[in-house]
Amino acid sequence: MNSQTLLYILKRIGLAVLTVWVVITVTFFVMHSIPGGPFMGEKAVTPATQAALEAKFGLDKSKFQQYTTYLKDVAINHDFGPSLKQRGRTVIDIISDGMKTSAKLGITAAFSALILGVVLGAFAALMRNRIPDKVIMVITTAFVSMPSFIMGSLLLVLFTIKLGVLPANGATTEGLVLPVITLALYPMAYITRLTRSSMLDVLGQDYIRTAKAKGVSKSKIVFGHALKNSLIPVITYFGPMLAYIVTGSLVVEQIFAVPGIGRAFVNSITNRDYPLIMGCTIVLACLIVIMNLVSDILYKVADPRINLE
Amino acid sequence: MTKKPFSLHVDLNDFIPATDEEKEYMVQMRPSSTFFRDGVKRLLKNKVAAISFILIVLITLSAIIIPVFWPYKYDAMLGVRPGKPVDASYNNLAPFEYGRTEQKMIENGEKVFPHIFGTDSSGRDYFIRVVYGTRISLAVGFFASIIVLIIGMTIGSIAGYCGGKVDLIIMRLVDIIYSLPDMLMVILLSTVLKVSLAPIIEGTVFAKIGSNIISLFVVFGLLYWVSMARLIRGQILSLREQEYVLASRAAGAKGGWVIRKHLLPNCISVVIISTALQIPNAIFTESYLSFLGLGVNAPMPSLGSLASEALNGLSSYPFRLVIPAVVISLIVLSLNLFGDGLRDAFDPKLRN
Repeated sequence: MNSQTLLYILKRIGLAVLTVWVVITVTFFVMHSIPGGPFMGEKAVTPATQAALEAKFGLDKSKFQQYTTYLKDVAINHDFGPSLKQRGRTVIDIISDGMKTSAKLGITAAFSALILGVVLGAFAALMRNRIPDKVIMVITTAFVSMPSFIMGSLLLVLFTIKLGVLPANGATTEGLVLPVITLALYPMAYITRLTRSSMLDVLGQDYIRTAKAKGVSKSKIVFGHALKNSLIPVITYFGPMLAYIVTGSLVVEQIFAVPGIGRAFVNSITNRDYPLIMGCTIVLACLIVIMNLVSDILYKVADPRINLE
Repeated sequence: MTKKPFSLHVDLNDFIPATDEEKEYMVQMRPSSTFFRDGVKRLLKNKVAAISFILIVLITLSAIIIPVFWPYKYDAMLGVRPGKPVDASYNNLAPFEYGRTEQKMIENGEKVFPHIFGTDSSGRDYFIRVVYGTRISLAVGFFASIIVLIIGMTIGSIAGYCGGKVDLIIMRLVDIIYSLPDMLMVILLSTVLKVSLAPIIEGTVFAKIGSNIISLFVVFGLLYWVSMARLIRGQILSLREQEYVLASRAAGAKGGWVIRKHLLPNCISVVIISTALQIPNAIFTESYLSFLGLGVNAPMPSLGSLASEALNGLSSYPFRLVIPAVVISLIVLSLNLFGDGLRDAFDPKLRN
């Protein structure tokens, strides 16, 4: 690793920190610009109770004071405050509870998408312009243009209502099968296309021809030379894939009733549970920013030929 | 007359009028093609893009025309008649079924227009709701892309032309917005704008469109211009330095000519292509937000909100989900394929 790479990594980390700060700031000020406080909808709140509630949650202080307090709480104590609608639970409790299920769902989906996508993509590239390649390309095109909520609902209709093989309730492990498939299909299709095009690119390179001329066996060329190098562009997709899985999980968890962070987020929007909305936005945004950072750095480290500036 | 090799005498034979045969060489066999016509020709050769285009035109036309002559309105609850109790027999009709009063009319020999897709849980004709939803989704996608185009083009060209500090500041801003998780920000902003916009726009023309759609446009204008701005800036920066611009200037072309004949045509194809590819993206975002309950205001339908409503009665009426799902996928797929075709036809350099 040379000094240029190091400089790039430092710059990239700086941008990521800046982004997280922007997210927290935007979230805070946007949420506090809503007309009417969070207790407006509650029935039978006397002015005295209202004042007491506002004092308890620090809503009587100036905006800037609230902001600095919030920033300190979030950055140092990872404390997002108590939930307004779910009595007695803090936001971080709700998030970490939901995260257990969501992480299981997301990680399974990501890995199955990665493995299947690479295998299918490499296969399609080797079969270029033959029937299997064409079939794979048609199917992946269809998957790429189908929104996740449509995919999820159609799978639900097919497997739960028509065939009755899988449960619709995502609270059980068996019930996580359909959500995982729903979340994995789009990234899988995308990775397939990515791997295919980069594999075709690599197969046309001079070093592959050299290897062929030297009489290296076909399997060694494919697995030793071509596949390894064609996987490098796939690394760049890690960040966007996580972003897709996070946003996809919002609707998928809603459709299949998975008790995860996505459902908590969507419910908090409907309930106007402001601390929970802010907490979920910040946690999920940080997750995406960090994953983007990691995949960018990995990409740079994996292929020193790439010049990013 | 014998010709001397080094004589300065003019050869008179060179000045004989051309024969008809010779003149024919100079006749243009066909008019020279323009950039635009060339692109269209290439686009029409691409079968997938041509079919997608026809599909888009058909869907758009039917979304515009069908509501004009269709006998049912998208928000009319058929079971509700003024001065009479609500007739529940109109709710949740299966395709080609009729409500109680309609059946009586058929028995009397009158003709009743069929409910092709049945009715929804409030007794509204589902076919017209799907058509109307398609119209809304297409309109939202189109206008959101135009907004992105205008803002992105303005800021991008300012950054490209000015260069220096202005460029630096704009590009850092673009970097930050670009690295924000867009969907989360969209959800956050729509949640808030939905609440805070409603009192502001009350009583104006915008109230008819609904606070949710306005907030969707605002969000698009705030967040999605960055990639367009980046693209235009890069185009302008690189086009300015191209050899053909230099050659044109060297041949005596004025600034206006260079811009009209060289910079704009080269830039405009990229602009059109990325706007075309932005439309399905916007339709997708709108349907996603509608599905989460942040989209169009009821009773106005959009394809996303129709799908979301259909989830409630999914086990009994799965077709109500399948229809908007198919329409959305068709629109997004054909717009994507058409956009790809546009890219291949108008800017082969962009092909990856």
